[in-house]
Amino acid sequence: MLIAPASDSSLFIGLGNEISLDAHRQVIALFHAIQKIQDARIRNLHPAYASLLIDFDPFRLTHEELESIVAPLLSRPLPPRPEPAPVLEIPVCYDGDFAPDLTSVAHHTSLSGEQVIALHSGGDYFVYFVGFSPGFAYLGGVPRQLQVPRLASPRKHVSAGSVGLAGEQTGIYPHDSPGGWQLIGRTPLRMFVPSADPPSRLQLGDRVRFRRITRDEFDRLANEQGSLHDSRH
Amino acid sequence: MIHVINPGLLTTIQDLGRVGFAHLGLSPAGAADSLSFRIANLLLGNDANTPAFEMTLLGPTLQFETAALIAISGSRTSTSLPINEPFPVTAGTRITTGSLLDGARAYLAIRGGLAVPRIMNSCSTFLPAGIGGLKGRALKKGDQIAPGKQTVGRVCKPELAGVASLQLRHGPIRVTAALQCDWFSQETIDRFQQQVFMVRDDSNRSGLRLQGEPISPAQRRELLTEGIALGAVQIPRDGQPIILFVDQQTTGGYPKIANVVAADIWRVGQLRPRDEVRFSFVKIPEAIELLRRQEQALRAAFFP
Repeated sequence: MLIAPASDSSLFIGLGNEISLDAHRQVIALFHAIQKIQDARIRNLHPAYASLLIDFDPFRLTHEELESIVAPLLSRPLPPRPEPAPVLEIPVCYDGDFAPDLTSVAHHTSLSGEQVIALHSGGDYFVYFVGFSPGFAYLGGVPRQLQVPRLASPRKHVSAGSVGLAGEQTGIYPHDSPGGWQLIGRTPLRMFVPSADPPSRLQLGDRVRFRRITRDEFDRLANEQGSLHDSRH
Repeated sequence: MIHVINPGLLTTIQDLGRVGFAHLGLSPAGAADSLSFRIANLLLGNDANTPAFEMTLLGPTLQFETAALIAISGSRTSTSLPINEPFPVTAGTRITTGSLLDGARAYLAIRGGLAVPRIMNSCSTFLPAGIGGLKGRALKKGDQIAPGKQTVGRVCKPELAGVASLQLRHGPIRVTAALQCDWFSQETIDRFQQQVFMVRDDSNRSGLRLQGEPISPAQRRELLTEGIALGAVQIPRDGQPIILFVDQQTTGGYPKIANVVAADIWRVGQLRPRDEVRFSFVKIPEAIELLRRQEQALRAAFFP
């Protein structure tokens, strides 16, 4: 374990150096334990694969004081089994222009396009953490056969809802943005809605399954989401 | 109503930021130069966290339908508007701010604030995801914003020399060692501290991209994606540092050599493209002391 200042107003708690379910469970436990104490001097929590960065108010808290708050939480035993989170279903259309990299993924994995889709929509994934940009969930649990490298050169524009693969991760771009993951489908769901509670559809620790939908169903769901979009402000 | 006659280069509505949502991937946004932002509000008797306009390099032209008391702080403007001094505008007045002369940003605050919705506890505009402020975006020609009705205190007459000395931007930007500082040799750290970097044109509120002699870790190592603190100086593959700023990504996988101290974050908000930047390492107790002294000086100027 590594506990060290990341800046004059943040403390880094390192729980490992690799992506593992064990480290993930420790991150979840620590994250929830700190959220539960509701200490107003703690401003922001940045969970990641095997670490938690704690941003605090330097006028009201020191690194040493924060460490003494965190230490007892870290020494608590983990629950014997992780709480089985309900599986959230994300509808994905894997058709045509929503899946510009499906052919290259199929080629790389020596699978057919249909097999790639069946594998991707056949298993359960879990949210390691939400980070980088609002609502961007890092999903683990990608079958070994589906693990492909990032694009050699990132796209300048990836549409919101695009579903991508990168190494042992899969994820959904919540907003239009640049991106280097291989795109194999798109969800009509909005992944981040500021007026919703919680604003992010996916949370740290959630379980996720992708459900294959047709283009017609995509369009219908996208229309329903459209009204949500308008009520944003 | 306040009518936007000309939006300027990039004018947004900001406050002191949207705190508490990093675990959902949301950075705080908020005023890039939070010191000048607070000064503009305090001058008017507003709460320091009252939403105001943030202008960038080239400011807007605004027409006030009703009389208002306004204040500008941050960079001076080419139209010689009073700085750090509240001034009244009468109904129908057009305020043209022009280009900013000695910094990247200035704030135009209005007594009573601006009537924009609070989204996730803040009025700040977060541009990358289109959240907050005016419809999540920068001002456009033809926009109308209603002045706010926030409760206000009395208008402050601070000691102007005291305020101006707070906003001096001389000397290197102070940094503390970041988590991967020991990935870099002492020689590289010295070179990082001795050289003069230039701010690149593609810098924005998400990050300040710097140009200089490349900085590289002693060995190429992979970093597991981890949380990033505000003001982290990360070193990507090309060795050109990026200061992660108010609209930053919340996690990332590049090593970080240094982190801008809290007391100097506001100065990052005043860096213009092509500006020269130098860094100087301090220890954390010194960084905290700088922050305390800054806060004391601000209080002394406004609430003697």
